[in-house]
Amino acid sequence: MGDTIFAQATPPGRAGVAIVRISGPRALAAGEALAGTPVPARVASLRWLRDPGTRERIDQALVLAFPGPRSFSGEDVVELHLHGSTAVSRAVLASLGALDGLRMAEPGEFSRRALMNGRMDLSQVEGLGDLLVAETAIQRQQALRVMDGAVSRLAQDWRERLVHALAFVEASIDFADEELPADVLEEVRAIVAATIAAMQQEIAAGRVAERIRDGFEVAIVGRPNVGKSTLLNSLARRDVALTSKVAGTTRDVIEVRMDLGGIAMTLLDMAGLRERAGRVEALGVARARQRAAAADLRIFLVADADEVDLLGVVRRDGDIVVRAKADLRGDVADGVSGTTGQGVDALLATIADALSERVAGAGTAAELRQRLAIGDSAACLDRALASLPQRVEVAAEELRGSLRALDFLVGKVDVESVLDVVFRSFCLGK
Amino acid sequence: MAAHRAGARVVLVTHRFDRLGEMSCNPAIGGLGKGHIVREIDALDGVMGRAADYAGIQFRLLNRSKGPAAQGPRAQTDRDRYRAAIQARFRATDILVLEGEVVDLRVEGGEVCGVEVADGTHLPARSVVLTTGTFLRGMIHLGTETYPAGRSSDPASVRLADRLGDLGLPLGRLKTGTPPRLDGRTIDWSRVESQPGDEIPAMFSFLSECPACAQVSCGITHTNAATHAIIRANLGRSAMYGGRISGAGPRYCPSIEDKVVRFPDKETHQVFLEPEGLETHTVYPNGISTSLPLDVQEAYVRSMEGLETVDIIRPGYAIEYDYVDPRSLSRTLELRALDGLFLAGQINGTTGYEEAAGQGLLAGLNAAARALGREPVVLDRAQAYIGVMVDDLVTRGVSEPYRMFTSRAEYRLNLRADNADQRLTPLGLAIGCVGPERREAFLARQEALAAGRCAAEGILVTPSEAADRGLAVNGDGVRRSAFELLGYPDMDIGRFLSAFPEMASCSSAVLDQLLRDAMYAPYLARQEQDVERLRRDEGVALPQALDYSGIPGLSAELRGKLEKVRPETLGQASRMEGMTPVALTQILVRVRQSAR
Repeated sequence: MGDTIFAQATPPGRAGVAIVRISGPRALAAGEALAGTPVPARVASLRWLRDPGTRERIDQALVLAFPGPRSFSGEDVVELHLHGSTAVSRAVLASLGALDGLRMAEPGEFSRRALMNGRMDLSQVEGLGDLLVAETAIQRQQALRVMDGAVSRLAQDWRERLVHALAFVEASIDFADEELPADVLEEVRAIVAATIAAMQQEIAAGRVAERIRDGFEVAIVGRPNVGKSTLLNSLARRDVALTSKVAGTTRDVIEVRMDLGGIAMTLLDMAGLRERAGRVEALGVARARQRAAAADLRIFLVADADEVDLLGVVRRDGDIVVRAKADLRGDVADGVSGTTGQGVDALLATIADALSERVAGAGTAAELRQRLAIGDSAACLDRALASLPQRVEVAAEELRGSLRALDFLVGKVDVESVLDVVFRSFCLGK
Repeated sequence: MAAHRAGARVVLVTHRFDRLGEMSCNPAIGGLGKGHIVREIDALDGVMGRAADYAGIQFRLLNRSKGPAAQGPRAQTDRDRYRAAIQARFRATDILVLEGEVVDLRVEGGEVCGVEVADGTHLPARSVVLTTGTFLRGMIHLGTETYPAGRSSDPASVRLADRLGDLGLPLGRLKTGTPPRLDGRTIDWSRVESQPGDEIPAMFSFLSECPACAQVSCGITHTNAATHAIIRANLGRSAMYGGRISGAGPRYCPSIEDKVVRFPDKETHQVFLEPEGLETHTVYPNGISTSLPLDVQEAYVRSMEGLETVDIIRPGYAIEYDYVDPRSLSRTLELRALDGLFLAGQINGTTGYEEAAGQGLLAGLNAAARALGREPVVLDRAQAYIGVMVDDLVTRGVSEPYRMFTSRAEYRLNLRADNADQRLTPLGLAIGCVGPERREAFLARQEALAAGRCAAEGILVTPSEAADRGLAVNGDGVRRSAFELLGYPDMDIGRFLSAFPEMASCSSAVLDQLLRDAMYAPYLARQEQDVERLRRDEGVALPQALDYSGIPGLSAELRGKLEKVRPETLGQASRMEGMTPVALTQILVRVRQSAR
């Protein structure tokens, strides 16, 4: 960790600007080596960069220095804002690599150092990771919340409550002979029970957050040749699914990612559901039922309402039923036609409403890892409640366990084992 | 005594031999955390447990209604009997006792090589253990009066303090207080609550069976509005509130002035009336230590129920004394700056007889180990409360007198008073500080326990078989051992024996211990991973000469702390305040580099 790392922070290739970031104890020296004179702190300066060996000019760049600990990584950081040319970047990276004690950063290494230096906690790093891959407005807002420490604050709030409860438990053990209020353990019970409830709620709400991050899956289900693929193409406003008059044209599941008013959604088109099918199609039908059942929302595309119950897919609260091929039937209230576009906008609005309602209940723990840690913490608390008041020393042990789980949530302990998983999803230079 | 048991030739220098074993504070031994330490001392064949059992006049197992890991033995003790027991133990050894004041240390080549006594005698020694108590530049405060003293009527050690100051040791100031002593004949015992001891007394020593003398009850009375008014009106005359004391006092044992000022809403505070012995009328009113002048002490004491006509035998006072920042010690309690000099007790910033005795034992064992060229003795946090205490002291230092609590021990479920012998006596046998009597008793108990555990673990029952034996367990088809079932929450020995009559051949003492071991077994299994991680980090030694200034990425503040504490292991470094994962990694990298 003692060495100084560098990497291009912007995507490779031709662009207006390319940024190379350097972090570590020799970052300032490296900046000076290329820029010729010391790089002033927190001020943008325009400098000619030269190769320290050959003194050959590489580029004219904007250079910035952020002396640690007030920097992204917590170490000394230098940023070189170059002209976005592959040749320039390559030359700068080569010059840096030739300097003593500098090496190319590994993926996610800058964030890793920020974490190690306490600039961010693990959940914030995860939020940053989500932000980097966010595609829609709501994904961005959610990721920003987490990056800004929403999960950390949650953990901090629970931690404070539990430390309080633990202190009471410890007092009831260590000051047994003194005048403690008789209801100290009752208060502990109340705190612990309330925290368990809050944690369980967050786990449920976190699942929604995960859907926001990964996108909601919306499955179009219906009989063969009812017009599912046509509807999909119409919803997506492009041809993604093959359509034909032959029933059973779609056998695999086709996925289309869409931004629906800021909500990421994956539309699923799949084999029509019927019992008498060929062997290959039957496999497609089975898979379709499975995917449809697992989706967040189902659109039942049917000729008439009774058909819904015959498809072998359970209809759940919030699912949408629409009448197929409205263009052929004339004007029905909930009719939709992929061919003419009739009712398509209304359907999109209905989907958006249904998903928005869910988004409103979203929590912050979008990562499974975070929810598992919260779940572990809550499980400890359940056992703590069960051991009060007789085995108060066991309750204390469980409370300590629940605090450790919260530390794990924000990455205070046992960081190494999860770090690699966390940082795998980062691109070079972040 | 520990150094002697470990085989070293020992000289004890003390002001007066007849004050050896003097309990300068309350006449009680043990309690939560403290009782655990006494058991650990006993497990290593130290004298405190047996002396307290001999002197005990009221035994109570605190937290009896809670689980065994929360229980701590405590006893009111007869001062005279305690002193007599301690002195008798000394007389029975060939430890040379010299009465006098140590005024200087002899140092040669950076090593201590003896001490100088006030009369000019020079005592050569390979190792020296300093246990100065509150005597080091001791200063007594009684109201507006202030005078140097080490204890109520004993002189302070000033020249030695100067000498330690000259060594460049970081010295600090702490204070502690005592309450006035009352004449029990002038207390109206009929008007105070009575607190008897336990029906079945729990002894400190694994070798003791039952109390050695008559048992008495303590009294409980309370302060009231009048008491608080008197104290408030006279705060300006309190040494502490008058601003004459600079040392930090303990938060958990506040003076009555402190209690009244800091908890103004509390209308009454408990006061335990503890007899100081069977032959004396002196009563120790626990809970009202003070540095107010005598006339105020008299007035507020007499404002309490049952104490209206009480006479004060000796006034309470506060005492301020020097301590050495324990971060200048290694885990053997040896000063890092001066080889061969060990410190134990209040000089290291602790309070309490038990904490002092635990350190005395460890320092004694290590002083002997050094003198005899043996391996140092180190106890870790997973092993003993003594280990927790020493690690806390040398790693984090103190900001107030350090007292043991069970909550300081992260492995509390294993560090129990009941298994102190299982944890430590084998170590004592290996060091050679355990005598034949304990050795025999311990091995016999261990053998019976091992046989009982083996038998209980050997009986395996399915859920339906357990049901046939009258025990309800989850019908999951898993076979469980009798030992496992013994650890179930609502189990007791009666139910256990009716379900497993084949275990009746075990003695009730063995069954009780098995129950305590079984109860926490699942937790201990879970903690084992933590303990392994702890031991792994403890296994990475940090060289004492490590140059922290040469390690990149350490903040100036952290570097300063590391240079002060000079942690001996990576584990110890990880427990320092302000330590970060990156700093630890840096240190580890540096250690690996220099090892190459």
